[in-house]
Amino acid sequence: MTFADQLIAFLYAAVLASVPLLYGTLGEILIEKSGNLNLGVEGMMYLGAITGFLASYLFGSPLIALAFSFLAGMAGAAIYAFITVTLKANQNVTGLTLTMFGTGVANFVGEVLKSTAPAGAVFMNEAVKAWLLPLNLGPLTQLPVVGKLLFNHSILTYLAIVTAVTLHLYLNHSSLGLNLRAVGENPAAADAMGVNVSRYKYIHILLGGGICGLGGAYISLVTALGNWQPDIVGGQGWIAMALVIFSSWSPLRAILGALVFGTLNVLHLYVPRDVVNIPGAFYSMLPFVVTALVLIFSSIRMKREHQQPAGCGVNYFREER
Amino acid sequence: MPDKRMHGGFHVVQRGELPQLKTWLYRLLAVLGALTTGGLFLLMLGFSPFSVYGTMLRGSLGSAGMQKETIKLMIPLCLTTLGVALAFKMRFWNIGGEGQISAGAIAASYFAYFHSDWPSWLLLTVMALAAILAGGLWGLIPAWFKTRFGTNETLFTLMLNYIVLYLITYLREGPWRNPEGGFAMTPRFPKQARLPEVMFPGVGNIHIGWIVMFVAVAAMFVYLRHTKQGYELTVVGENERTARYAGMPVGRIVMRTMFISAGLCGLVGMMQVSGPDRQLTDAVANGRGFEAVSVAWLSRLSPIGIMVVSFLFSVLEKGCSMMQTEFRIPASMSDILQSIILFFVLGSEFFIQYRIVRRKEARL
Repeated sequence: MTFADQLIAFLYAAVLASVPLLYGTLGEILIEKSGNLNLGVEGMMYLGAITGFLASYLFGSPLIALAFSFLAGMAGAAIYAFITVTLKANQNVTGLTLTMFGTGVANFVGEVLKSTAPAGAVFMNEAVKAWLLPLNLGPLTQLPVVGKLLFNHSILTYLAIVTAVTLHLYLNHSSLGLNLRAVGENPAAADAMGVNVSRYKYIHILLGGGICGLGGAYISLVTALGNWQPDIVGGQGWIAMALVIFSSWSPLRAILGALVFGTLNVLHLYVPRDVVNIPGAFYSMLPFVVTALVLIFSSIRMKREHQQPAGCGVNYFREER
Repeated sequence: MPDKRMHGGFHVVQRGELPQLKTWLYRLLAVLGALTTGGLFLLMLGFSPFSVYGTMLRGSLGSAGMQKETIKLMIPLCLTTLGVALAFKMRFWNIGGEGQISAGAIAASYFAYFHSDWPSWLLLTVMALAAILAGGLWGLIPAWFKTRFGTNETLFTLMLNYIVLYLITYLREGPWRNPEGGFAMTPRFPKQARLPEVMFPGVGNIHIGWIVMFVAVAAMFVYLRHTKQGYELTVVGENERTARYAGMPVGRIVMRTMFISAGLCGLVGMMQVSGPDRQLTDAVANGRGFEAVSVAWLSRLSPIGIMVVSFLFSVLEKGCSMMQTEFRIPASMSDILQSIILFFVLGSEFFIQYRIVRRKEARL
């Protein structure tokens, strides 16, 4: 393999690794824009991962599998929304609990499935696998370099980018998005404007959860090729949480952020040992180190328009009138 | 146009303080609700909830041997929770218990592996101090950035968990790998680096950590209730502006509290490696840093409450491992049950703080 081939393979792998991060980031951006901080991204991704996996195994239809993943992420988010929006409980603890719940449920179901399936193996339906494999767009895919890099991805990759652009337009160029941002920044003012705060929060927390669920589906169906393993999400939801800050709540910058972190995730597979020889554990550590640095730098150079929505973490309670 | 939400229907109002007894009654009801939900889930899977729950109780408390295992689970959980609860009291979201435990474990293991010629009492003392220092310093990093730049501590402490976890992987695969073992594992600790065992009344010999745990609970009680430092951190937690106005050095209080909080977690790391584990493994923290967040919240940050709740969670955990052997129900059921309990209790707080009243028709 020539150097150029290797570089292309490396960049291609980086894109593959960035997709679940992008879904998680986009979902959480939408949730935080409604003024709720949901630490349950990891959990919702787990719910999406196991449900998508289970549905593809049971029904053999890719669309049903993805729909179930979306619904599972939404279901997790619904628990969170009910407890924090309606019952006004602490958002941090509820989010962490959601992560514990999602992880537990996914590992539980995964283990039961593996132990009850014939010969201990659960394979993904071939139809689902084929549908999610990289698309072949004919002449476009045949193009040198860009063909492989841009036109040879799973349909979920393109869907992620479409989601990012849609969210960008929705948040910044629609009246609903404007209302949503008002809810996130100052719920009392939005309430006075006649915006139904709870309804906005519910809808966007649920949609965000669904998007996170798709990220989970990508992990179990595309990354792992339908080969379920315990702890399959492995902290990617947490990296997505940090990416929300990295991209300063902008869906478009999230694409860039996810690509950077996808690159970090696959770096160890492509850096030749004779060039840089550091132990594998340090490569695994890298995304987390960079995330920590990002947190520090983004807090040092604070810009007003690049901040977390002001209402995040505080539940809104309409006082007696 | 009149707002139609103003007419009739149900409406939420804040209520005054409920009596202690009543609030705990609400929480008890929530736990019962959670266990019922868990039971329904078991029923769906085709198990009798009663026999499963019975097995869990038997498996965690049924004999002296089982009780011993349960207490061994409780020691690290209770101590870690005391640690993180201290930070929470200050509204500092330390979810880095996991990493602070690991940092302490690494520091302690260094002395166990490279200074095993020291007399046991000296070696163990140095290991404990090194662990407290390492854990504490690991916790000071996010505290410093938080006070200096307002860096988000929730995510920062979380990232630090993973960083130190992979540091253990590195040590285990590289410099500290046992040259005689086939797998990438660290060697076992020499005898002098193992915690002595002390008789726990009625149960049997358990490593000395159980005494440390009781001492820590008492110390924390006194520290929070009867010392100036405890008072200061409570004020910072309740209202940082008040604290500043009263002339308290908020930055210093945050750093000091985080050092103690993380130092306690570091000590847990030392006790795990030289107590039950007897070597440094990746699983030294094993999710306790996260579990501690839930326990701290459930016990309302009171030291006695922390002891009670961490005991109950350990019963649940030990019980679930028994459930796995007897019913072949995966042990991740423990995570599910714990989170259902948390969801219910989180939700029940609403009924403690608010009440729902039926609004009368608005009159014109």
